[in-house]
Amino acid sequence: MTAQEVRTHTIDMSSVLRDQKKTDEPNETCIKVENLNLFYGEKQALHNINMEMLKKKVTAYIGPSGCGKSTLLRCINRMNDLVDSAKIDGKIVLDNENIYDKAVNVAALRRRVGMVFQKPNPFPKSIFENVAYGLRIQGINDKRILEETVENALRGSALWDEMKDRLNDNALGISGGQQQRLVIARAIAIEPEVLLLDEPASALDPISTLKIEELINELKEKYTIVIVTHNMQQAARVSDYTAFMYMGELIEMGTTSELFTNPRKKQTEDYITGRYG
Amino acid sequence: MIRLWFKSGTPWVWLNAAAVSACLIMVVGVLGLILVRGAGHFWPSQVVQFSYQEKDGEIQTIIGEHVDTSITPAAMAKSTGYTMADDEDTLVQYLIKTGNRDITGTDFRWILERNVKQQQFPDELMVVERREWGNFYGRLVAVKENGKAIAEGAQAWPVVQARLDEALTVFKKIAHLEKKEVGAINYSLEQLRLEQKKLQLENLWDTAAEQRIAAEKADLEAEYKKYQTQLSELYQQIKRDSLVAKTESGSEVEIPLNKVVRVFQPNTMSLFDKIVHYGVKLVEFLTDEPREANTEGGIFPAIFGTVMMVLMMSIIVTPFGVIAAVYLREYAKQGFITRLIRISVNNLAGVPSIVYGVFGLGFFVYILGGNIDQLFFPEAAPAPVYGTPGLLWASITLALLTLPVVIVSTEEGLARIPSSMREGSLALGATKLETLWLTVLPMASPAMMTGLILAVARAAGEVAPLMLVGVVKMAPTLPLDGNYPFLHLDRKFMHLGFHIYDVGFQSPNVEAARPLVYATALLLVLVIVGLNLTAIIIRNNLREKYRELEG
Repeated sequence: MTAQEVRTHTIDMSSVLRDQKKTDEPNETCIKVENLNLFYGEKQALHNINMEMLKKKVTAYIGPSGCGKSTLLRCINRMNDLVDSAKIDGKIVLDNENIYDKAVNVAALRRRVGMVFQKPNPFPKSIFENVAYGLRIQGINDKRILEETVENALRGSALWDEMKDRLNDNALGISGGQQQRLVIARAIAIEPEVLLLDEPASALDPISTLKIEELINELKEKYTIVIVTHNMQQAARVSDYTAFMYMGELIEMGTTSELFTNPRKKQTEDYITGRYG
Repeated sequence: MIRLWFKSGTPWVWLNAAAVSACLIMVVGVLGLILVRGAGHFWPSQVVQFSYQEKDGEIQTIIGEHVDTSITPAAMAKSTGYTMADDEDTLVQYLIKTGNRDITGTDFRWILERNVKQQQFPDELMVVERREWGNFYGRLVAVKENGKAIAEGAQAWPVVQARLDEALTVFKKIAHLEKKEVGAINYSLEQLRLEQKKLQLENLWDTAAEQRIAAEKADLEAEYKKYQTQLSELYQQIKRDSLVAKTESGSEVEIPLNKVVRVFQPNTMSLFDKIVHYGVKLVEFLTDEPREANTEGGIFPAIFGTVMMVLMMSIIVTPFGVIAAVYLREYAKQGFITRLIRISVNNLAGVPSIVYGVFGLGFFVYILGGNIDQLFFPEAAPAPVYGTPGLLWASITLALLTLPVVIVSTEEGLARIPSSMREGSLALGATKLETLWLTVLPMASPAMMTGLILAVARAAGEVAPLMLVGVVKMAPTLPLDGNYPFLHLDRKFMHLGFHIYDVGFQSPNVEAARPLVYATALLLVLVIVGLNLTAIIIRNNLREKYRELEG
């Protein structure tokens, strides 16, 4: 595929920001994606993505399966580095620093950009050790600090009351919904700036899903959140901004209310009204 | 009808069931055979007195244990030269253990049942287990002290037992002194000699060193003298008593008590006595050293050597295998080269073990060991230290032999760990090494244990390569003892598998050794089962910890 064939889609972020400024206090850009292309071997998975995500806001990526929304999310904490065949060009700027710069320490980056996956993946350790894992790898072994952080993290993910008496139980023994909140606690225990949620509720029952959504609402007080979902209602409920992706391209991005009520692109409208195949 | 039956799948089910049953029967059969043959060896059997008509018509007394019966059809017996009466269908022969090898030259003989005129079990028949020449069967006549009879006839029996107890105590003392104390002195003297030679080689041999070593030597020799006097006293003491016994043919024999392990009269023993006797013999078998070209006594050194070697092998093979598997699975770029390596590793598992033995001898013993000797032990030359087969080389050779199983099962374990675990750890800012160390490896530990179990099972039963790289028929010292540095990796050792081969096929006295072959085989199986069970218990505990992921 040659560069000419790569179609470019530029979203006019200034207009989006202008819209936002009318209703809200000034917003700061947290993550800026610039001309990002991603190839899996010969196949291009992301086509020249440009977008900005604002600090302490929830941005949702929606789109049909295989549209590249998870791939884009995984670019933000360089999880795609693990895929041997993945080749990335372009920039992702986090706090004025290109995270794909050679000098960037990937482990340090991932401490700043936490991630929660589709399926809950607690470690086969105790609940306490799961939450303390991130601290321990930073070399923090002081019992008092660990206990304090674990409690705060569990409170932050609304798990403390359920878990405070069973911190030493194996994390594999709790329910799926609890596991997912435990994984969120594990992520926020190391106090990242950004939290990436990759379809965090897709493997959960409706009540657990509701809890996760409430949690996201609370967490955006402190963290910049990017969530991938293919549940449009969920995107509408939890996010401030929504990006619609299709076939590896960013079709449209805007405030959630605007995108859902007044989409500018035909494709977006087709998708949110369910006319998409 | 038949077609329907075939279509229904029933024959297939029957075939499967038959295969499983065949396997079960074979396993149970093997275990049953060695259990019956091996475990029965220590049971005291009755001593029979036969009146037996020899070929020339003369009636003779034969005393011994009935070991075996063989029944030959008349036709076959005729063709091998026996004259058979018309009404005889079979020729029945008994194998009798008559003992007294020092007098008659053999300790087993076949007799014909038809020539047995009388068969009795007299109470006073006595079995003497000796340190040399095997068992003695006969009647006790007298007990002598310094050549003078102190008890005769019926009174002799309690006296001989009391005197034997004394003699055995003294014997134990002597053995302890010789093995432990004098052995330690000899070891120290040897170390001194080596030190002296080393200093001479390095041109550091001056008067100060000479004086120091001479002084140390003198100390040791003084100590040795002290033990020497103690020992000669004990030897005097143990040689004092002897017993006089009458053989089947009526001649009298004097047996010094220092050559006797135990005397007993099996025909008077109650069931309880027999059980006690059995227990004592069993304990002796497990804890004592072999006597008489390994056909009598215990096999403790062989048990010890086997366990020691397997442990050493595990210590060597586990880290190597795990590290290799981690590199192959986690770090190496998957491609042609890694495929090639995997195929080679898998094929290594199929190489006959004797080839490993040859490699171990050629590479480890001669090349590695020879160079180690040249570099680090020049003072010992021309005697080799590591340049000769020994425990270390045997363990390393077996580690090499079992490396493929550990690599393969660890790799499988690593492959089974869901990528979500790795991602979860990496997403928290862990490096690849931290992820491996804190999450992946602990979760793969049951698989590593599986590899180790397979390795132990293979290594403990291996004999062929060991014969080349360190196992001997009779090792004078254990590889682990009280002399610094305690673990002597350069020493040769004994091994149960080789012991079976040696006792069964290299023994001068095949009949006497046969039950020991079964007993040793049984023990080898038990040792392997024990080692495996330990590993399996550890693995199951680990599995329990990570059970959700296995399902």
